[in-house]
Amino acid sequence: MRVFMLGWEFPPFISGGLGTACYGLTKALDKLGISVTFVLPTMVESEYTTHVKLVSSHSTSTTGQYLRQSELKNVSFRTIESPLTPYSSADVYRQRIEQILRQKQSLKSSQMSEMFVGGTDYSGDMYAEVHRYAAVAAESAEHEEFDVIHAHDWMTFPAGIAVAAITGKPLIVHVHSTEFDRSGENVNQVIYDIERQGMERADKVITVSYFTRGIITSRYGINPDKVEVVHNGVERNDNGDWTLAQTGITKDERIVLFMGRITMQKGPEYFLHAAKKVLEVVDDVKFVMAGSGDMMHRAVEMAAELGIGHKVLFTGFLRGEDVNKIYKMADLFVMPSVSEPFGLVPLEALGHDVPVIISKQSGVSEVLTHALKVDFWDVDEIANKIVAVLKYPPLEMTLRNYGNFEVRKLQWQESAHKCERIYQELMVAV
Amino acid sequence: MPEIKHKIQNTRERKMASICFYFQVHQPSRLRHYTVFDKGDQYFDNHKNGFICRKVANKCYLPANRLLLKLIRRFEGRFKIAYSITGTLLEQLQQYSPEVLSTFDALAETGCVEFLAETYYHSLSFLYSHDEFLEQVNKHIDTIESLFGQRPRVFRNTELIYNNELANLVESTGQFDAILTEGADHILGYRSPNFVYRPQGCDKLKLLLKNYALSDDIAFRFSNRGWSEWPLTADKFARWVSEVNGNGNVVNLFMDYETLGEHQWEDTGIFDFIHHLPEQILNHQDNDFKTPSEVVASYEPVGTVDVHHLISWADTERDLSAWLGNAMQSNAVHELYRLEERIKKIGDPKIVSDWRKLQTSDHFYYMCTKYFADGDVHKYFNPYGSPYDSYINFMNVLDNLQNRCSPNETRAGSAKLPTNSTLSGLQPVS
Repeated sequence: MRVFMLGWEFPPFISGGLGTACYGLTKALDKLGISVTFVLPTMVESEYTTHVKLVSSHSTSTTGQYLRQSELKNVSFRTIESPLTPYSSADVYRQRIEQILRQKQSLKSSQMSEMFVGGTDYSGDMYAEVHRYAAVAAESAEHEEFDVIHAHDWMTFPAGIAVAAITGKPLIVHVHSTEFDRSGENVNQVIYDIERQGMERADKVITVSYFTRGIITSRYGINPDKVEVVHNGVERNDNGDWTLAQTGITKDERIVLFMGRITMQKGPEYFLHAAKKVLEVVDDVKFVMAGSGDMMHRAVEMAAELGIGHKVLFTGFLRGEDVNKIYKMADLFVMPSVSEPFGLVPLEALGHDVPVIISKQSGVSEVLTHALKVDFWDVDEIANKIVAVLKYPPLEMTLRNYGNFEVRKLQWQESAHKCERIYQELMVAV
Repeated sequence: MPEIKHKIQNTRERKMASICFYFQVHQPSRLRHYTVFDKGDQYFDNHKNGFICRKVANKCYLPANRLLLKLIRRFEGRFKIAYSITGTLLEQLQQYSPEVLSTFDALAETGCVEFLAETYYHSLSFLYSHDEFLEQVNKHIDTIESLFGQRPRVFRNTELIYNNELANLVESTGQFDAILTEGADHILGYRSPNFVYRPQGCDKLKLLLKNYALSDDIAFRFSNRGWSEWPLTADKFARWVSEVNGNGNVVNLFMDYETLGEHQWEDTGIFDFIHHLPEQILNHQDNDFKTPSEVVASYEPVGTVDVHHLISWADTERDLSAWLGNAMQSNAVHELYRLEERIKKIGDPKIVSDWRKLQTSDHFYYMCTKYFADGDVHKYFNPYGSPYDSYINFMNVLDNLQNRCSPNETRAGSAKLPTNSTLSGLQPVS
């Protein structure tokens, strides 16, 4: 069994749920002995410093490059130089291109002009880049042997379709989030069309929850028989044996944590309004918003407007050890997402012994029983539950103990088994 | 089971077997949604309680009462039954379905119906305060006497919770001839529940044990199409009962009254089954029906039953874990009983009544996490989405009640969050 996987991000570059999910699933497939050719877009000009040596050609690569990670025996990597990043918008993409161009300009201005010369250069238009990426991926697929194509979220769907068209292999598109989750009712028609085309052309659609399956069938008109649910798993957390003292944090205040992108989808305003209500009855508590996003400034303003600015801390985007640290400090994690296809972060929090309040409008609420569940808009109830966790220690204790146990049962292995079954079914059909 | 019964039949000598039917009739006062921001002292959801009371009255209490009344009249004193009706239900019936009380009254008038004693509030008070326990028992006896003109002489504790200590306490009141409990295998060993026993340490009090196999055939298995004995007919059941002849004096069929029409819906044929049962039982010449007091008068104890550890009729464990199995449950119940002294000193009847209605065991049952993940009968009875929600609601109410008990203490401003020392206040339930 060989899979041509069109994925995203690998450690240490993971910036969000999509990358985490691709990584977790691929690792588990590897353990099942399934060969994976993992194709991902990378930019050497990334703002992050590299810990793993990424080999990438300086000109646009048509064959991709090899990236090896010793822990994965059956996975080989192909990187395609591209500025595509998940969760991007056309505007953000344009800014990023401009930034990259400026960097390049300062390095070697003579080569800069090449960027816009010739059809293979990536363009300032994200949608065009998605199609250029598809063409490069299809070209590189010609040199590969595989049985199925597995593409993750809309930016890779055109690539998946192109590879399927060239090779005739079955295509699986894996939906981690939809345009409706990201943009509410202000759907971007171009992205919606790409998503729908991917789902229509695919032999099978995998969604990360029944919640998302519902959106796929009702909003995209996809035949429900074609859509299967594979819930995400969670990585075991092995950072549990260090103490608070080692962090240098003194804990005289309780901490309620919001962690995730500060965007419309994640419901930051509901978190702040609930915080305001909580502070009416509880004093020694702080609210930490860890993450960044296009609503960040709005959130800072809102905290000030609500008169709780001194009680709300914004940390910006956290990674690595800082993430562990913030979990160590937190007494409670709240995810008031407006529309959350899955939501890995609450599982991470529970893995770190932090009890969670999650929105009922999330996929993760389908797999968690030992969590407090709320409607994202029900600010009173969110506040009620936050206060209860802070005020009644047995509640916190029970949620933490049972929740942590429950999370241990949610293994990527399980998700990988389901994917394997789907691969096999498609191969039989061919 | 049928094979065993055959063996029993072969070795029998012809003797009388009495059927002792006892129905538990109870509804709790369910709490309304009560957040930490609520201030009022209206804790109970009158709308929901009224709705459920009327619903169960129409599905169970009224049709079952009328059917049993008809049967009692038809068999002219040869068909007899016993009830234990909790005070919390009697109050609701008075308010929402007084016609049900009239039919119970008519049943009492027949002289073929015995009313048993229990704690008025269907509480766990025996475990926490003997004073409170005895007050509630007396309140119940007085209520039954005033409503139905008979003073109960047989006691059954909430959920048939029982041990030696309870039997000795009940005997010491001098008011009772017998006590009921579960005929659990682990207290009987090889012995049969179909005899009258003596509780360890008692001189006069007799012990009647539930025949759980035959009781549960009706209460739980009646409509189970996967059961090898489905469908259960009155004829078949009467045969099983007759097979006890020679191996026991009495078959104690103890069950929730709501079995008739509410747990087992009308379309399962449960009323039809009951309709034909007296006739089929009495067709066997050796059989008759007896009330618990008649059983006590007819049979002497054949041995002593020694029960050190608390038992109940719940779940397969037959223990207290459904009410006191996790930290939230024991915390809630301990905090509740800690108020006893203060509340009795204040003596405000409304506060006392609210406090006692909170003692109803159902509130703690709703907090059970035991079968939470699997989905189970527990869910059927639970008005809350999760045990966590029920704990939060209960604790918010209790917090308000606490404040009403200490009007002089200044509780304005922010609540002080508890420290971990609160947890050390938790005691294991003995």
